[in-house]
Amino acid sequence: MTPDPEAAGTVRVQMAVNGRPVNAEIPACTNLADFLRGELGLTGTHLGCEHGVCGACTLMVDGAAVRGCLMLAVQADGAEVTTVEGLDDPLGRALREAFVARNALQCGFCTPGMLATLREAIGAGLVPERAAVRAALSGNFCRCTGYEAIVDAALDVIGGRDAR
Amino acid sequence: MPADSTLIGRSVPRAAARRTVEGLGRYTDDLDAAGVAHVAFLRSPHAHARVLGMELDEARAAPGVIGVYTAADLAAVCAPWQTRLAALPAHVSPPQQALAGDIVRYQGEPVVAVLATSRRAAESALELAFVDFEDLEPAILPADIFEPAQGFDAAAWAPQLALDRQIAHGDAGAALEGAAHVVRHRFAFGRQTAVSLEGRAVRAEYDRRSGRLSVQQSHQAPFQMQQIYAELFGLPLGRVQVAAPDVGGAFGGKLHAFPDEIAAVALAVLTGRTVKFTADRLESFLADAHAREAQAEARLGVDDDGRILGMEIDFAAGLGAYSIYPRGSVGDALQAIQLAPAAYRVPSYAGRARAWFQNKAPVGAYRGVGQPIAFALMEQMLDLAAAACGLDPAEIRRRNYREAPDTPGPTETGVVLESFTTRACLDTLLAEMDYAGLRAEQAALRAKGVYRGIGLTSFVELTGVGAQLYGPQQVRVAAQETCRLSLEPDGTLTCRTSVTDQGQGTLGGLAQIVAETLGVAPHAVEMIAGDTAATPVGGGAWASRGMALGGEAALRASRGLAARLRAVAAPLLQCEEAALSFSDSGVEGPGGARLSFREIAETVAFRPYLLPGGTAPALEVTESFLPPDLPYLATNGVLAAHVEVSPDTGLTRVLGFWAVDDCGRIVNPMLVDGQIRGGVVQGIGAALFEECRYSADGQLLNGSLVDYRVPMAADMPDIVVRHIETPTHQSALGAKGVGEAGTVGALGAMWCAVNDALAPLGTTVRRQPFTPEHVLSRLHGLEEEFD
Repeated sequence: MTPDPEAAGTVRVQMAVNGRPVNAEIPACTNLADFLRGELGLTGTHLGCEHGVCGACTLMVDGAAVRGCLMLAVQADGAEVTTVEGLDDPLGRALREAFVARNALQCGFCTPGMLATLREAIGAGLVPERAAVRAALSGNFCRCTGYEAIVDAALDVIGGRDAR
Repeated sequence: MPADSTLIGRSVPRAAARRTVEGLGRYTDDLDAAGVAHVAFLRSPHAHARVLGMELDEARAAPGVIGVYTAADLAAVCAPWQTRLAALPAHVSPPQQALAGDIVRYQGEPVVAVLATSRRAAESALELAFVDFEDLEPAILPADIFEPAQGFDAAAWAPQLALDRQIAHGDAGAALEGAAHVVRHRFAFGRQTAVSLEGRAVRAEYDRRSGRLSVQQSHQAPFQMQQIYAELFGLPLGRVQVAAPDVGGAFGGKLHAFPDEIAAVALAVLTGRTVKFTADRLESFLADAHAREAQAEARLGVDDDGRILGMEIDFAAGLGAYSIYPRGSVGDALQAIQLAPAAYRVPSYAGRARAWFQNKAPVGAYRGVGQPIAFALMEQMLDLAAAACGLDPAEIRRRNYREAPDTPGPTETGVVLESFTTRACLDTLLAEMDYAGLRAEQAALRAKGVYRGIGLTSFVELTGVGAQLYGPQQVRVAAQETCRLSLEPDGTLTCRTSVTDQGQGTLGGLAQIVAETLGVAPHAVEMIAGDTAATPVGGGAWASRGMALGGEAALRASRGLAARLRAVAAPLLQCEEAALSFSDSGVEGPGGARLSFREIAETVAFRPYLLPGGTAPALEVTESFLPPDLPYLATNGVLAAHVEVSPDTGLTRVLGFWAVDDCGRIVNPMLVDGQIRGGVVQGIGAALFEECRYSADGQLLNGSLVDYRVPMAADMPDIVVRHIETPTHQSALGAKGVGEAGTVGALGAMWCAVNDALAPLGTTVRRQPFTPEHVLSRLHGLEEEFD
C-alpha cells in the first residue's frame, strides 16, 4: 500500500504571487506550476513537458526566470512569484504589446514562458542583436512561429528602450 | 473584393493574441470543476503481446481511486470501431476499442484506466496495477522495407500489406531505356510526430438526467468528434456537444480519434463523473499520431538538354498497428506518388506505393501529409540529373516546369491545377537570394575547404480541399465550411464559423473580412468557433482550408447581411439601397444621413412596426462554401535553403532560407508569413533533427523532448518570404490555403542543399534526418546499404 500522495507530508507555504500574499497547506511534492494552476487558478502558466526542457512553464521567482515544473512550491516559500498574469510592469507590458503587434505567438502555449524568459534577459541587459536574442531564447520551444516574429518583438522592445 | 479595400491585405493584429499575452488563454487542461476525476492509463510496455491476466485489486484500494477499468468495463458503454476506406477495400485495419482487449499491438496502447480524484493519485495507483503480458514477436519492418518478408511476423494479422497502389502514364521503362542520362537515388524518411506543445487533452461530462454528453477537447475537428462520440455511445447527434477551447498547437496531430481520449469520454458516460485526461509528454510520444516513415527508390531519365523523359518511383511506407481513425493512414503514400511529378512535364511516369502495418504507434496526418516527401523525391532527382548533364539546378527546373493550364484541369497523375506560377516564383526567389552571388561564393569557399550548398524546391500543394477526398471513402468528415453572421439587437456583430483556429489566426482573418464588408473595426466582430453547439456544421481545420473556404463563407455572409441592412435602412433613410454605404458601425445615405447598426438592429428586434409592411428580415445570414468546380485549390511556390555542412563534425548549419509562395489573395500578410515561417522551421526540423526512433523489437527509444530534438531559436535562420498573388476564380475572395506550404517544400530544399554541399566530397545523404552521425557515416563509407 503506497501512502496517499494527497495526504502524506503536507506543508504550509507562504509567498507573494503577483504581489498578493498566498498562504496554503499543500502536499510537499506539489511543483510550483501545479500549485499556481491547481490551487490558485493561475492557468496562464502552461506545462509542455514537465521535465524542464520546453520552457513553457517559465515564470519569475524573485526576479529570476525559473522552470515552474522543476521547482517545488515549497522551494518558493517566502519568495515573490510573478506569473504571466502579473507581468504588467512597464517592461512586461511593452513585451505583451510587441508580441501582439508582431504576431509573435500563434497557439500561445509557449508565450507565457517566452515572456518570462525575455523579461529576465532584457532586464539583465540583452543586447539588441538577433543572434543574442535567439541565444537567450534557446531554452524555450515554440512549435508554431519559427521564432522569427518573437525575435522581432524582443528587438522592438530592446530598441525602443534604448531609444528612450 | 472591391478595389478600395482597406482591410483585406493588411497586417491587422488579431484579438485572440491579446488574451494570450495576459495569461488569459483557455486551454482544455485549464478547465476545471469541483469533483473532476482524472484518468491515467496503464499502457502496454510491449510492441506486441497477449494479455494473460490482471491483478487490479490493490490499485482499486489505493487512496483517491474512484475506479479501475478494463476493456470489458468500457465495452459496456462504448462500441468498438474499425477504420475502413470504401475506395480501398483491401485496406483492412484491425478493429479497435477504447482499451485493448486480449492483444496489444503497439508500445503505449492503453490497457487499463485508473480514475481518481487527482492525476497524481491515479498515477500512484497505476504502480499497484499488474497486467500479465505474454510477449509476442513484434512485426517491425526491417531496415530495407522493400523486402518486408524478412523478419516480418506473418502471425501479427493479415493482410499486413495495407496498400499497393500504382499510377502510370506513358512507358516509363522504355523512356529510361532511351534516356541520355539516368540518375538513381534511394531515400529513407524518418518517422516523425507533430509535437504540439500542448498535449492532447479532453474533458468529458455526461448528464444522466438529460442523456447529454458534453466534451471539451483539444482538437481540430469538433464536428468529426461529435459524429464519432454519437456513434460509439449510441446517442443522437443533438445530445452530443464537442467544443475545442484554445488549442496549443495541432499540425494534423489533433485531427484523429485516439483510444485514450475515447476511453476518457467512455469513463464519463460509465460513471457519470466529469473526467479529464491530459497526455503528458511521454504519453504524447508513445501514443500520438506518428507520420511519414517511408523509403523510396527513384529513377529519372533526361535527354542531353536536361529535359525529363521519364521517371519511376517505388515507394514503401511503414504504418503503425492500426489505420488511424477515422481518416486512415494511407495519405503519406498516396500523396507521395501522385504529387511528385506535379510541377514538371514528366512524359512517362510509373509510381508504385506500398504500405505495411507494423507494431508501432499508428500513423496519421502531420502538416503537409505526403507532400514534403513527394517534393523531396522529385527535387533531389532533378539535382542529380542537372549534375549528370552539366546544368545549373535552377536551369533544369526552368526547362522542365509545366505550362500554366489554359483552363483548370488535371495533370497526368490527376492533380487538378487552376493556375501555375512556379516560373514567376522562381524568378522572384533567385533575385531575392542573389542566387548567382551565392553560387560564386560557394565555388570560392569550396576551394578553401568550406562546404556550402543551395537547395531549391518547387511544389504544388493541395489546399482548400473539398468533399471529394473523404466522401468517396465514406469517411464521415465534413468539408463544406459555413459562416452564420448576426447583427445582434445591441448593434454588435457575431460571427459563428465552422472553421477552427489552433493559432493560425484564421479567426482574425475572418473578422477582417466581415469588418471590411460591413464597415466596422475587426476587433468589434465577436468570433465564435470550435463548438458544435454554437456554430454551423463544418470541417474545422485540415488541409489548409480555413481562409480559402471559411473566408469565402464569411465574405458571402457579410455581403448577404449587408444586403439585408440596406433593405431595412433604405426606406428609413428614404433613399435607394444602392446609395447606401457602410462605415463606423452604421449605414450612411446621401447627404450624410446615418443610421447606426444599433438603431437598425433595435428597430428590427423591438419596433418592426416602424418598417414598411411592419416586418423585417432576420438580421442573420448563413452562407456556405466549397469550390464549385474543383476538388481543391492547388497552390504553388518555390523555396530555397542555404546551408553549410562540416565534414569534420557532420553538423549542418542553415545560413539562409527563402520562400516565394502563391496562395492567391492574401487577407493578412503577417498571419500568412507566420504560417510559412513556422512551416519552414518544421520542415528544417524534419530534415536535421526529428525522428521517432524504434528498436528492432518495437520500443520507442527517444520518448522525451531531450531525445526527440525539435528546432530551437538559435538553430534557425531568418526566413525571407515573398508572394505572387494569383486569386482563385472559384471564390469572390480569391484566397487559397497556406498553412502547410512551408513544411511541404522545406524538406526538399534541405535535402538538395545538404547534398549540394556534399557534392565535392563525393557522397550524398539518403536518410532523413541528416544527423551528424548519418553525414559522417556517409562521408566515411560506413553506411552503404543504400548505394
